[in-house]
Amino acid sequence: MKKSLFVASAVIIGGLFYGVFTMTHPFGNPGKAVMDDHFIDRALKDRSAQNIVTSLVFDYRGFDTLGEAAVLFTAVCSIGALFRAGRKRS
Amino acid sequence: MKPMSLIVITLTRVFSWFMIVFGAMVIMNGHHTPGGGFQGGAVVATFICFLLAAYGGKKFFTWVKAPIYSGLETIGLLVFFFLACLGLPNSFTYNFIAVAHPGEVLGGWLPSCGTISLMNIAVGFEVIGALSLTVIEMYEGTHMNESYFGGECGHDR
Repeated sequence: MKKSLFVASAVIIGGLFYGVFTMTHPFGNPGKAVMDDHFIDRALKDRSAQNIVTSLVFDYRGFDTLGEAAVLFTAVCSIGALFRAGRKRS
Repeated sequence: MKPMSLIVITLTRVFSWFMIVFGAMVIMNGHHTPGGGFQGGAVVATFICFLLAAYGGKKFFTWVKAPIYSGLETIGLLVFFFLACLGLPNSFTYNFIAVAHPGEVLGGWLPSCGTISLMNIAVGFEVIGALSLTVIEMYEGTHMNESYFGGECGHDR
């Protein structure tokens, strides 16, 4: 029972992997790049941003960056909690 | 941690200030050159590692106070959130200072990026505080070793 379940799941996952590999674009030939062209065209006109990467990170997807900063804050909080036992100052 | 040799201390004296200036440049120019708050903050935070490794813990804590970095981190995150909230009539993190420029880039015209540069500086302060505080806290955690396991053994000399 266990073995047949394992074989069935292996066949299903293998089929999924095979399908994904056959459906990918050929290397060096991506599909439509509508999103890229939109940002490259509009970043300077809308937001007067010269650096498109920074305008994406801090403007179009600023909520993402807020989460990133929050992750850093949480990491520092957890490090402070972990190493508190060795601290000499109160 | 004992201080390292005279060679390392001299190199720290010469180079660490250049690292701070370079990190500040990466943060300040983040809106029109590669880099930004995260990268520049990481560059500035290596200064703390240099100081701690070269001069040792006793002299290090006469210069460096951990609450300053804690405050830098908190203020950076709060300023970022405040700037993001200021664009709220349109959307969160809306660039409300930027002036829309319809034409193409002319010679000598430098576009102001609005809130992007301000957010870069805020995130830079946050990353400086966070990474420096990580190093300081982990160094202070080594006292745990002294009190529980009998002390540090092994440095370069």
